[in-house]
Amino acid sequence: MIKKDIIFALSARSVRLHFLRSVLAALGIVIGVVAIASIGMMGANMTLSVTEELSDMANKLTITAYSGGGGGMMGGPGGGGGSSDDDNVLTEKQFKDIERIVAKYGTAYTVRSESDRIEVGSETGRATIYGLDPDIIREILTVEVGEYPKSTTSVVVGPTLAERLDLKVGSKIDIGDPDEGSTTTVRVVGILEERGMTMDLSTDMAIVGTDKLFTGIYGGEGEYDQVNVVVDDITNIDAVTAEIEDTLNKKEDEVTVQDSSRMTESITATVSTMTTFVMAIAGISLLVAAVSIFNVMMMSVNERVREIGILRSIGTQRPEILRMFIYEATIIGIVGAVIGAIASLIIGYVVVLGMVGTTEYFFAAGSLIYVPMAMVIGAAICIVTGVYPAWQASNLDPIGALRAE
Amino acid sequence: MSSPVIELEDVMKIYPLPSGDVTALSGISLTINEGEFVAIMGPSGSGKSTLLNQIGCLDRPTSGNLFLAGKNTREMDDRELTSLRLSSIGYIFQKFNLIPLLSAYENVEYPYIMKHRKNDDTGRVRDLLAQVGIDEGLSAHKPSELSGGQQQRIAIARALVNDPAILLCDEPTGNLDSKTSLQIMEILEDLHRRGRTLIMVTHNPETADYADRTITIRDGRVA
Ligand SMILES: Nc1ncnc2c1ncn2[C@@H]1O[C@H](COP(=O)(O)OP(=O)(O)O)[C@@H](O)[C@H]1O
Ligand SMILES: [Mg+2]
Repeated sequence: MIKKDIIFALSARSVRLHFLRSVLAALGIVIGVVAIASIGMMGANMTLSVTEELSDMANKLTITAYSGGGGGMMGGPGGGGGSSDDDNVLTEKQFKDIERIVAKYGTAYTVRSESDRIEVGSETGRATIYGLDPDIIREILTVEVGEYPKSTTSVVVGPTLAERLDLKVGSKIDIGDPDEGSTTTVRVVGILEERGMTMDLSTDMAIVGTDKLFTGIYGGEGEYDQVNVVVDDITNIDAVTAEIEDTLNKKEDEVTVQDSSRMTESITATVSTMTTFVMAIAGISLLVAAVSIFNVMMMSVNERVREIGILRSIGTQRPEILRMFIYEATIIGIVGAVIGAIASLIIGYVVVLGMVGTTEYFFAAGSLIYVPMAMVIGAAICIVTGVYPAWQASNLDPIGALRAE
Repeated sequence: MSSPVIELEDVMKIYPLPSGDVTALSGISLTINEGEFVAIMGPSGSGKSTLLNQIGCLDRPTSGNLFLAGKNTREMDDRELTSLRLSSIGYIFQKFNLIPLLSAYENVEYPYIMKHRKNDDTGRVRDLLAQVGIDEGLSAHKPSELSGGQQQRIAIARALVNDPAILLCDEPTGNLDSKTSLQIMEILEDLHRRGRTLIMVTHNPETADYADRTITIRDGRVA
């Protein structure tokens, strides 16, 4: 038997009587809800799209030399003890071991890389230079314009680098710092397709040449910075990882095997830290809203002192008065939260489109969840803010309140 | 002989104010029996309203005791006093004191809902409004849309809705013209005839004539 509650009716009528004032107070909540929800959704969409991008890489592993723990001290300048003391490279033997293990599951290939100064015409900059087997370049990378590099003087470049330095097929690049020795001039024969965020090879901002070109400049025969593995059947990824780790790290940790899940985790963690931080800032807007609700509620209590006196004198209990003002704050809070929710769907959509570039994941549960979450926070802040004024109202002494004019 | 419903034993009320304490009641003892109609008179500021508020349990005495139907109100907490006001005491004020956000009908129904936790489905509210001369058309109006006489009739209906033993009236005709005052007094007299205990504060000796007994207050004492 749900009867219309007269205490609620009094609250609702009071809100309606002071419509403009109530709307302005609710506006604060609207803004707070929109801020929290859109930022939350933006973070969620960013994470979802990155995760999706990385899941294309789920069948890939990267193996690097183990560098953790008490290894060599910073590689020691001029160590002089030959090349074997360099902790950060993989040896030919290690590669052969990996290749042997991977053989029945897929393929493994070596990657050499170095960051170096480059010069194009009068412009200078830095870029990563990769050295790969020519067949691997053909297999792993896609050239959008031009052809694949064959000789030790030809390279392909990533699209972002090409755009930044205005590189075209036929452009010349000088690699190396003239102050530290000779430079090597190479010719661009192709521009690569965009690869986006990957962990095996980040070629968008890089120069890719043959391994002979690379060792010609930097030396390091039989040394690799990284070994990449492509597994044909994704379900074998854990088995391959385990087998490589078991074999190479048996005596001591020699290599680190990374799959995309770790990268996904770390990116997700970064994005969520950022999102939480920005959301906390957005939360300040709710604090401002809380102040304005508090104001409105105190005004409402002060205006209605006499009415409270009447209600008390004819037998209204204190908790009913408390309830009446809590309801008033709740109505403002819920109206604000609902309008905020609708607005944040619209504004959030625009923000996600602008900041993430795709709204593919906008309606995913992990993204939309921020709307009810922000609503609950907004409404809860309103209700909590209403508690003190309501408590004051309920503690008014009936005689004093009746004498108020 | 009828039994006492209200007994005051040396009731004192001191209002502590920053400018010094105000003694509104300085030791009042009196007994009012069931079914009596008592008028309280006295100059302005003599403590009549304060006395009525004490009897109506709107406030507690600084010292002394108030017994209602034999029970000492000193032993009751705020919740108990409030529910006593709701069920056993009807209050009629000089300024009507209707709730501006509620219609005439809702004003009368309000104490009924507070007591019974449901809307009135017995027709009592409608009957009471009819008894005091407020027709259905008027009962949908807000207090601000009604005349003083109409508001006071509604206030009387509201005071009666929970069938209280005691009706307290603080200058019920103080804000009304003489013709309307007469109509209100006739309603109150009728209630008294039907056995209700009435205590009425008034300035007007003619109004006091309706009562069985008049108590005069001067400087917070029974004169
Ligand atoms: N709530 C209050 N706070 C302080 N002083 C009060 C209060 N109520 C009444 N008084 C003082 O107590 C005295 C008696 O007031 P009151 O009972 O209203 O007189 P009456 O109704 O006879 O005119 C007056 O001096 C008045 O100023
Ligand atoms: Mg008075």
